[in-house]
Amino acid sequence: MNEQTQTMTSPVIHARGLTRRYGDTAVVDGIDLDIVRGEVFGLLGPNGAGKTTTILMMLGLTEISSGEISMLGFNPAREPLKVKRRVGYLPDAVGFYDQLTAAENLAYTGKLMGLARAERAGRIEQALRRVGLIDVASKRVATFSRGMRQRLGLAEIIMKRAEIAILDEPTSGLDPQATQEFLGLIGELKAEGITVLLSSHMLDQVQRICDRVALFKAGHIVLVGAVPELAIKVLGAGFVVEVEAEGLGIARRLAMIPGVTHVETLSADRFRMTAERDVRADAARAVVAVDGALRRLSVDEPSLEAIYARYFQDQPAGGVRHAA
Amino acid sequence: MRREGSPFQGTSTVFVKELADHISSVRMLMLQLLIVFTALAALYEAINSLRQNTAEDPFLLLRLFTIDQAPLPSFVAILGFLIPLMAIGLGFDAVNGEHNRRTLSRILAQPIYRDALLMGKFLAALATIGISLAALWLLVIGLGLIFLGVPPGGEEVARSLVFLVVAIFYAGVWLSLAMLLSTVFRSAATAALVSLGVWLFLTILWPMLAPALAQVVAPPDPRYALLGLNDPATAVWAQELLRLSPNDLFEEAMLAVLSPTTRSLGPVFLDQLRGAVMGAPLPFGESVMLAWPQTVGLVAGTIVLFAFSYVLFQRQEVRA
Ligand SMILES: Nc1ncnc2c1ncn2[C@@H]1O[C@H](COP(=O)(O)OP(=O)(O)O)[C@@H](O)[C@H]1O
Ligand SMILES: [Mg+2]
Repeated sequence: MNEQTQTMTSPVIHARGLTRRYGDTAVVDGIDLDIVRGEVFGLLGPNGAGKTTTILMMLGLTEISSGEISMLGFNPAREPLKVKRRVGYLPDAVGFYDQLTAAENLAYTGKLMGLARAERAGRIEQALRRVGLIDVASKRVATFSRGMRQRLGLAEIIMKRAEIAILDEPTSGLDPQATQEFLGLIGELKAEGITVLLSSHMLDQVQRICDRVALFKAGHIVLVGAVPELAIKVLGAGFVVEVEAEGLGIARRLAMIPGVTHVETLSADRFRMTAERDVRADAARAVVAVDGALRRLSVDEPSLEAIYARYFQDQPAGGVRHAA
Repeated sequence: MRREGSPFQGTSTVFVKELADHISSVRMLMLQLLIVFTALAALYEAINSLRQNTAEDPFLLLRLFTIDQAPLPSFVAILGFLIPLMAIGLGFDAVNGEHNRRTLSRILAQPIYRDALLMGKFLAALATIGISLAALWLLVIGLGLIFLGVPPGGEEVARSLVFLVVAIFYAGVWLSLAMLLSTVFRSAATAALVSLGVWLFLTILWPMLAPALAQVVAPPDPRYALLGLNDPATAVWAQELLRLSPNDLFEEAMLAVLSPTTRSLGPVFLDQLRGAVMGAPLPFGESVMLAWPQTVGLVAGTIVLFAFSYVLFQRQEVRA
């Protein structure tokens, strides 16, 4: 890889019309993707939407029926070894050899990666330290919890020094704390400049760490973009601001703020505004302007869950929009 | 479309790991104990009978392999029976085990081809069996030295080494079969059951069925029966049908190699015996030539079965 020619904007994953058919049914149907270096990209969608199949095509682990895909400039169907040397993969519900220790499991894949013995030992230690498994390095994996296995899988990707980390459902089956820890580790990968592609059907868990997401539905990508952008596109607003204030004509005043698309009066002193941007400062000014007493001002991040639910609800109903 | 890089990159890594797994596994220990104890029993009987029967025999050591004292079968017959069990024991969960442990996609996401995984596993299991058989071979030679007190001659050692090699090929057939079934069936238990079924069929039922089938295919001429003889056409058919079982091929090859007086395998025709001195041993080279077709048959069976699993495995979905 030539660092000079790889600018930040040239895609490291590039797909056009990527399709996978089983018999007559296309489980991935003509998807286009461009993922740039260093971004955390989420493939989101319900089970069976085609996320895993897309990932397997990226790694050359399942046949591509039509269309094309390039990973770091290589074709995974024709040059799978080059791709697999540079891309790390954490499969859905990853498994390890239970009779071997954590370090032994990594040593095996390290050898398969072609790492020399001395290099390998150093990298294994470093990787296990990063994911917080160094103390159990010589324990059999049979004793590991689901969260520890996920972290061991991530250690494998760190050991590989992969340029792209592909994580399939990395947080499914983890308890909330383990999920937070794991998301933190993904954040560290991003900080190092590693491109992260993750799939999930748990939208709320991953929306915070994804720079952009692609929403899958039955083999199609129905929406792509940053979460706030999608919120505006689908919900008509990216932000939901709640105001608790006493005063006359507050609702009318709030509705006049530029960017606000809707104001709902929840009770005499509570209002919910949907807006394209964070309008808290303007809301405060509006309350002060009518001599109101501002008691609380809160903002909800746009929720992928809401976007998703809305999008799929609305499709058959013909795009009726309600205030959030 | 040529694939980039060597298809066998990583084979040695897989080989070393699998070999270590096999050697340290409880399963292997059990199989080995089973074989060693059964073999020891057979050898004990063989040594006893050889010590009583002190008639001079130029191939005393080889008799250790082949002599059978009712009710125990000979050492070679026991191996013919147990080698498949060992091969099945090592191969029945080779591929589906990786699926079920959910390690397959993680391993195949490393820069190797599937070829390396399958080949490494096959060679490691075969090497494990080879090591066990070599240990057994040493045991026989050692016991012969101690209890019969005769140092083995060069030809005896050579013949018994041929035995070792053919036994490994024989194991190869069963190992390929077990690995094929481990690729076909996602459940290891199913693969094991089907392998064992095939094994029982070929070792126990087929020797009974083959002659019966031969009677159907080539009904014996009643004139032979009047003379109290077997119809050679029927006998040839029975023989050829029997040879579809690797057990038969192994036994025939062992007969040729370990019993030097064997002059032909299968139904004997008078013209084959013309000029032969009955009871005189064949030279080593000729015995090996006699066992050659059977050995090639075993190797071919191994390759064909392995090729099937290879093709299946290449097309298989990696996800569990
Ligand atoms: N080997 C297969 N044969 C036929 N259909 C399959 C096969 N593998 C997966 N599918 C189908 O492909 C669809 C997409 O699956 P997948 O990519 O695993 O979805 P996701 O990862 O989004 O949950 C599913 O409907 C599944 O039933
Ligand atoms: Mg999936």
